[in-house]
Amino acid sequence: MARFSSMRTPLAKVRGLGSAREGTEHFWRQRLTAVSNLFLTTFFVGLVLALQTGTYADVLATLGNPLVAILLIGMMISVSIHMRIGMQVIIEDYVHEEGWKVVALGANTFFTAFIAIASVFALLKIAFGA
Amino acid sequence: MAELQTKVARPLSPHLQIFRPLMTMVMSIVHRITGSALYVGTAFFAWYLVAAASGPEAFATASWFFGSIIGQLILFGYTWAWIHHALGGIRHFIWDTGHGYGVEARNWLAKATLVGSVSITILIWIVALIVR
Repeated sequence: MARFSSMRTPLAKVRGLGSAREGTEHFWRQRLTAVSNLFLTTFFVGLVLALQTGTYADVLATLGNPLVAILLIGMMISVSIHMRIGMQVIIEDYVHEEGWKVVALGANTFFTAFIAIASVFALLKIAFGA
Repeated sequence: MAELQTKVARPLSPHLQIFRPLMTMVMSIVHRITGSALYVGTAFFAWYLVAAASGPEAFATASWFFGSIIGQLILFGYTWAWIHHALGGIRHFIWDTGHGYGVEARNWLAKATLVGSVSITILIWIVALIVR
């Protein structure tokens, strides 16, 4: 009978993750960070507009404000995760040679991690009194 | 007869350049291009933050760059890439709910994204110039 032709348990089927136990994380994480990016980058653009005439002291005071620092640190983490997944998809689509693919995927992780670490460090340094 | 004829001209599935460009297809490609541009551009933002954290001299250099013609052009392009990618993302959210897959709907969404991204970008820069 067709009903019993599958070796999968009903729970495994409804989870739909296959034998690797994963697969939807990238999709879901990309959507979640897209939502947070939408709000956080909108805040950021407003901040840039407000700060464009500011002096160095104004910029430091604004970036050092706890609420601003929290939102910007959140933005950089969210953006970096989103960038890493997005670029990974592009690399996997266009780089077919195995060696170059590994190099490109590694470089993608290093670049996005570097952007996140550098930005978060700078924001923390300003917030804690540069 | 163990040797196989390997150079048979088998049909290949056609790649991108064989198709007439469709609105949705072009928008999909532009979504990737703007995403890649935003990706590279974050280096400028990280530079700005590190400069601000480093001291007045580094900050002055970064401020000078972003105030220069090249800097302003980059910021203008970046604004558009950001808005376009963000609106494209909203389009994807609509598709995620199972809506907007019809011919008319998807073409309308594509056009709305394009018109929206250009007009919002110009609006932001008008505000920027007024505030300045």
